[in-house]
Amino acid sequence: MEVRVQNIRKEFGRFPALDDVSLDIRSGELIALLGPSGSGKTTLLRLIAGLESPTDGTIFFGAEDASRKSVQQRNIGFVFQHYALFRHMTVLDNVSFGLKVRPSSRRPPAAEIRRRALDLLELVQLSGLEKRYPAQLSGGQRQRVALARAMAVEPNVLLLDEPFGALDAQVRKELRRWLREIHDRTGHTTVFVTHDQEEALELADRVVVMSKGAIEQVGTPDEIYDQPVSPFVYGFIGQSNCLNVTLSRGEIWLEDRPIGLRAANEPDGAATLYFRPHDIELIDGCGGCLAGLVTASRRVAGTRHLELDLGKAHPSVEIELPPERASSTDHTRVAFRPTKWKLFRKDGDVAAAPQLVEAPASELARTGT
Amino acid sequence: MALDSSSVPTAAPSKLVKAATSETRIARLTLIVVALGFVVLFLLLPLATVFIEAFRNGPVEFATTLRDPETFSAIRLTLIVAAIAVPLNLVFGVAAAWAIAKFEFKGKAFLTTLIDLPFSVSPVISGLVFVLLFGANSALGPFLQKYGIHILFAVPGLVLATVFVTFPFVARELIPLMQEQGTSDEEAALSLGATGWQTFWHVTLPNIKWGLLYGVLLCNARAMGEFGAVSVVSGHIRGQTNTMPLQVEILYNEYNFVAAFAVATVLALLALVTLVLKTALELRYSDEIAASRRH
Ligand SMILES: Nc1ncnc2c1ncn2[C@@H]1O[C@H](COP(=O)(O)OP(=O)(O)O)[C@@H](O)[C@H]1O
Ligand SMILES: [Mg+2]
Repeated sequence: MEVRVQNIRKEFGRFPALDDVSLDIRSGELIALLGPSGSGKTTLLRLIAGLESPTDGTIFFGAEDASRKSVQQRNIGFVFQHYALFRHMTVLDNVSFGLKVRPSSRRPPAAEIRRRALDLLELVQLSGLEKRYPAQLSGGQRQRVALARAMAVEPNVLLLDEPFGALDAQVRKELRRWLREIHDRTGHTTVFVTHDQEEALELADRVVVMSKGAIEQVGTPDEIYDQPVSPFVYGFIGQSNCLNVTLSRGEIWLEDRPIGLRAANEPDGAATLYFRPHDIELIDGCGGCLAGLVTASRRVAGTRHLELDLGKAHPSVEIELPPERASSTDHTRVAFRPTKWKLFRKDGDVAAAPQLVEAPASELARTGT
Repeated sequence: MALDSSSVPTAAPSKLVKAATSETRIARLTLIVVALGFVVLFLLLPLATVFIEAFRNGPVEFATTLRDPETFSAIRLTLIVAAIAVPLNLVFGVAAAWAIAKFEFKGKAFLTTLIDLPFSVSPVISGLVFVLLFGANSALGPFLQKYGIHILFAVPGLVLATVFVTFPFVARELIPLMQEQGTSDEEAALSLGATGWQTFWHVTLPNIKWGLLYGVLLCNARAMGEFGAVSVVSGHIRGQTNTMPLQVEILYNEYNFVAAFAVATVLALLALVTLVLKTALELRYSDEIAASRRH
């Protein structure tokens, strides 16, 4: 089912955990809420579920206003961060719970409940463990019981809070792929929360990047990675370098030297240049480039990472090269130019304009040549 | 199970290294002797004395004293008072623990402190409070008299005093347990469509049942044994408002030692039954208890 979140605001005391958040979740999609800890991901998920009520704003399930509905009426499936399995019930009873507590008019017969629970356990690959108690299961198995329990009520939307957060790396990776499979097979509209960008980018159809109670960007994994719309997204997703530069007559300058990048039609002034370590080209003669001394060199899988010192005033910059290109340089001084980059205008007077409605940093130019 | 691949390697501890917690033999022996000595001196010896005194003149005399109508009425009254006070405090304790552990509200810290009040106030004061509230000279006194309602020197007064003195037991036992368990189990049940009542019955209650049982057993033991508060409100009417502890005192003051100790044995036996019950349950359900604490 399609879920629309409109202008949601949520305060705890006077503290706004979410501030004017709007989001359209399409029917059947797998969408990730990604952001650092404390950015409001769980709060948004709980608001959609009805476990929390918004200070302001509306949530639609399809065409219906769900804001005033209780959590029971919304018919959602929620998987809690630490699973919250009923410890005194067997796996089978846990999975059947949502069907068993229905009023008799809507409750399937006992045999039907049992059959559906067993089918779900088969789907999550736990057949044969239905008589176990949660304490007798591994973390990954508990996670799958929690998912089966949530799916048993045929929810309008499936909500998962850090579903793999408590598992070790190996199990995490396997479950991640497996969750994608389950989603493709069952087609539930699914929202999951994570602070792990790799997880979000690999698993989700679309990713919602959140920071400080607001949505920074919504897009496919490709869009999020290739076209970050704000300095925060640039910095949070993947690796990036940032340099303080100045604009003068359409050219970008690092201190007193032009670096060979043009940003036509932009007013003069200070700005910040962002580029990714692998989006660069090496240059031989430097008639407008970035140049620095190699301070460290690391081999990481198929690429070589060079750390460059561009001068005292700047943070060190990291670039990635194919190993053979790296060995052909003279190892001490490297000249290069970003091939894909982005400028963000410095908000010199943020304090004078406290509300951030006008985008936190105005974008200047899209890409270089 | 394609997804299972967890095997925990167990490190074998080296035998040569002395375990950090191992004590010397002497230290261990001393500790055991001190602990045992204390238990024998302060617990077993007095208990044994009670039984020896009760049977001083043989089992026949013991049986006759217990058949005395006044003593019999005291035993009955104690059971009645406990049977009313314990369920009341069960309900109150669960409600208070629920409110404190699962909700945020103003005055929560105050309520938590208030629950401990009966533990910190002398039982005699607790009794006096009810005398001041319901006595003939109190504001309520004339009203009660007019409608012929007897609270002081009657069963209602005894129940009130007992409830007051024993109400922390259940709540105290449950609050830390419920706080540790948090609210996510309940939220999970609600999100699956369960009503509030179903959630309480199928999720909350099973999660707290062992704590609840301990609380009730302790509450019961205290309700039967309470002396101070009950003594103030009882009025000591023989055969009517004397509970077992009060009866013991009366008999003792009349130098009727055998009878006094005979009643005392019954009281002690009730306490022992409570203890045995608790231990038996712990043994029988040790796995389940461990599982409900873990997770
Ligand atoms: N029940 C609550 N009471 C008070 N503050 C809360 C509560 N829940 C969340 N917050 C605050 O709201 C902010 C967002 O929290 P949360 O949604 O849990 O973040 P995330 O899941 O992204 O880590 C945090 O600063 C957190 O401290
Ligand atoms: Mg969270």
